[in-house]
Amino acid sequence: MGATSMKQKMGVKIWRWSIISVVSFYLLVPLYAMFDFSTKPYGFENAGRSLRAWKVIGTQEALFEAVTRSLITALIVMAIILFLVVPTAIWVQLKLPLLRRPFELLCLIPLAIPAIVIVVGIAPLYRWISINLNESPITLAGVYSMLILPYTYRSLSAALDAVDIHTLAEAATTLGAGISRVIFGIIMPTIKTGIINGSFIAIALVLGEFTISNILNFKTFQVVIAQIGRTDGQVAVAVSVASLLFVLVLLLLIPNKKRQGAVLDVDIA
Amino acid sequence: MSSSTYVQLVDLAKYFGKVKALDGLSLDIAQGELVALLGPSGCGKTTALRALAGLQELDRGQLMVDGKDVTFQSASKRGMGMVFQAYSLFPHMTARENVEYGLKLRTHKVSSQKRKDRSAELLELVGLSTHANHYPYQLSGGQQQRIALARALAISPKVLLLDEPLSALDAKVRTQLREEIRRIQMELGTTTLFVTHDQEEALSIADRVGVMRNGQLEQIAAPSELYDRPKTSFVAEFVGLTNPISGKVSGGSIEVLGSVVKTLPGSVTSGTGIALIRPESVDVVTSKSGNATVAAASFLGASCRLNITMNDGTKITAQLPSSDAAGIGAGASVSVSLLDMPVFVKAAG
Repeated sequence: MGATSMKQKMGVKIWRWSIISVVSFYLLVPLYAMFDFSTKPYGFENAGRSLRAWKVIGTQEALFEAVTRSLITALIVMAIILFLVVPTAIWVQLKLPLLRRPFELLCLIPLAIPAIVIVVGIAPLYRWISINLNESPITLAGVYSMLILPYTYRSLSAALDAVDIHTLAEAATTLGAGISRVIFGIIMPTIKTGIINGSFIAIALVLGEFTISNILNFKTFQVVIAQIGRTDGQVAVAVSVASLLFVLVLLLLIPNKKRQGAVLDVDIA
Repeated sequence: MSSSTYVQLVDLAKYFGKVKALDGLSLDIAQGELVALLGPSGCGKTTALRALAGLQELDRGQLMVDGKDVTFQSASKRGMGMVFQAYSLFPHMTARENVEYGLKLRTHKVSSQKRKDRSAELLELVGLSTHANHYPYQLSGGQQQRIALARALAISPKVLLLDEPLSALDAKVRTQLREEIRRIQMELGTTTLFVTHDQEEALSIADRVGVMRNGQLEQIAAPSELYDRPKTSFVAEFVGLTNPISGKVSGGSIEVLGSVVKTLPGSVTSGTGIALIRPESVDVVTSKSGNATVAAASFLGASCRLNITMNDGTKITAQLPSSDAAGIGAGASVSVSLLDMPVFVKAAG
C-alpha cells in the first residue's frame, strides 16, 4: 500500500518536472539565443565576444525617451481602465443586464478588426488631434484603450460572474452607500484579482504594440527598437532581452496575496 | 392606524408582466414587533420585503415608517438593516470592518472610537467577538450570517429586514440561529420583518405570522391562532399538515369520522364539505372491534405518527404522544375518533 502510493507520488513528480522542463526549454532557448546573438563579435573586427551592444543601450537617448513615453501611455491606459472600463462593466452588470451581450460584442470588435484597418480608420482623427492638440502620449492612450477592450473586458466579466455582486451591492446600499461607493468601495476591491489580471494584459499589450504607434508616427518603445534594429541589430536584440527581463521583474513584484477570491470552505462552527 | 403602528404597507402592487408579485398587499407592524411573512415561492413575500427596503420599485402603494412616507426614498437613505439569503459579507473586509461599514457612512460622523465600541458590542451580541479579525472566507455559513446580522443592526435600523437568512444553513445551525435572532430582536426591541418559506421558522419566532398567496395577505395572526383557527383553506393546508376528509355540515358543526366537531368561521356552512383535520386532533385507541387498521407507524421521538386506513378505505394520518401510542404498531386494529377541536371545512370538489 505504502509502496504503491510512493510510486504514484514519484510518477506525479516526474510528470510535473518533465512538463516544467519542456515549457522552460520552449521559453528560455529563444531568450538564450537572443542573448547569444547580442554578444557576438561586432563588424569586421575579430575581437571575440563582448557586451558592446549592451553598453550602447545606455547611450541611446531616444530609447529612454521612448520607454518613458510608453510607460506614461501605459499608465494613462491603466487609469482609463480603472476609472472608465471597470466602472462601466460593473454598471452594465448591475443595472443594465439587457445591455450585457451588446456590450460584450462591442468590446470584442477590436479583436476582429486588424490593427492596420483601425489605424486607417482612425488616422484622420489623429491628424486633427496632432494639429490642434499635441502629439502627447495621452492621444495614443485613446486608441490603445480601445485595443485592450477584448482582453480587459473578458477578465473583468469573468471576475464579476464569479461573485454575487447584486447582493453585495444591495447590502452596501441598505447600509447607506451610494452607487459610486458601491462600485469603487465594494465591488472593485472584491474583483481586485480580475482587475489586476486585466490591467497587466493591457499593459503588456501597450508596451508591445508596434503597428499603430508606428503608422501614427509615435516614437514608442517598440518603434524605436525597430529603428535601432535597422542600424544595429545586436543593440535591438539586447534591448528586447532587457525589456523582457524588465517585464519579468515587474510581474514578480506584484504582491501575490492569496486573500481575496480564495475559495476556502472553512467550517469552524 | 393604531397608535402603536410603526410600519405601514398600504395597498402595495407590483406586476412583472402578467405575474402579480404584489397585488394590493396591506400590512401594519407595531413597534418592536417581529412579523413573519410566510408563503410558497412566488407568493410575493420577498418582493414586499425588498419594497420596504427600497430595493424594489412599486407600481402602486405607499410605505410609511414611523409616521413618515418613505415610498420614494432611496434605499441608501431609508436606514433599514437587511440580512440576505445569500452570503453578503464584503469579502475584502474583516468581520469587524463589515460591521463598522454602515457606521462609516452615517451622515453624522461617528468617531472611530465609538465605531469600535459599537462593533465590539454587536460582535459580542452575536457571540463572535473572537472572530473580529477574520475574513468572511474564514467563517462558516452560520457565522457569516451572524456577522451580517450584526452589520445590519450596527446602524440601529428603523426596521430589521430578514430575507430568508437561514435557508442556506444546515438544520442544526438554522434552529440555533433563529432562536438567537429572536433573543437579540427582543433584547434590542427592533421592529422586524422576516420572510421565510419555512413554516416552522415563522411559527417559532414571530409575534405574528402573515400567510401570503398570489401577492396578497391571506391571513395574519399569532402563530397559535393561525394554526388552530385558519381563516381559509389555503392557510389551513399551507400551515401544518391536514387530513382532508369529507363529512356532512350543518348548524356550525360537521360529522366526520363518526364524531361531530365545530367548524371554524369561513368554513362551508351546509351540505357536504371537506374537513381539514390536523393529525394531532385524531385520537387513536387500540380496539378489537375498531373502525380502522394501522398501516404504518413511525416513531418521531416525543411523538408517534400513524398512517391509518379506515374500514371504508379512507387513509388518514394521526400524530399522538409516544406514550399514548405504545403498543400500536402496523396491522393493529384501532378505534379512531376526533378530539373536540374546531376544524376548517372547505367546499367539496
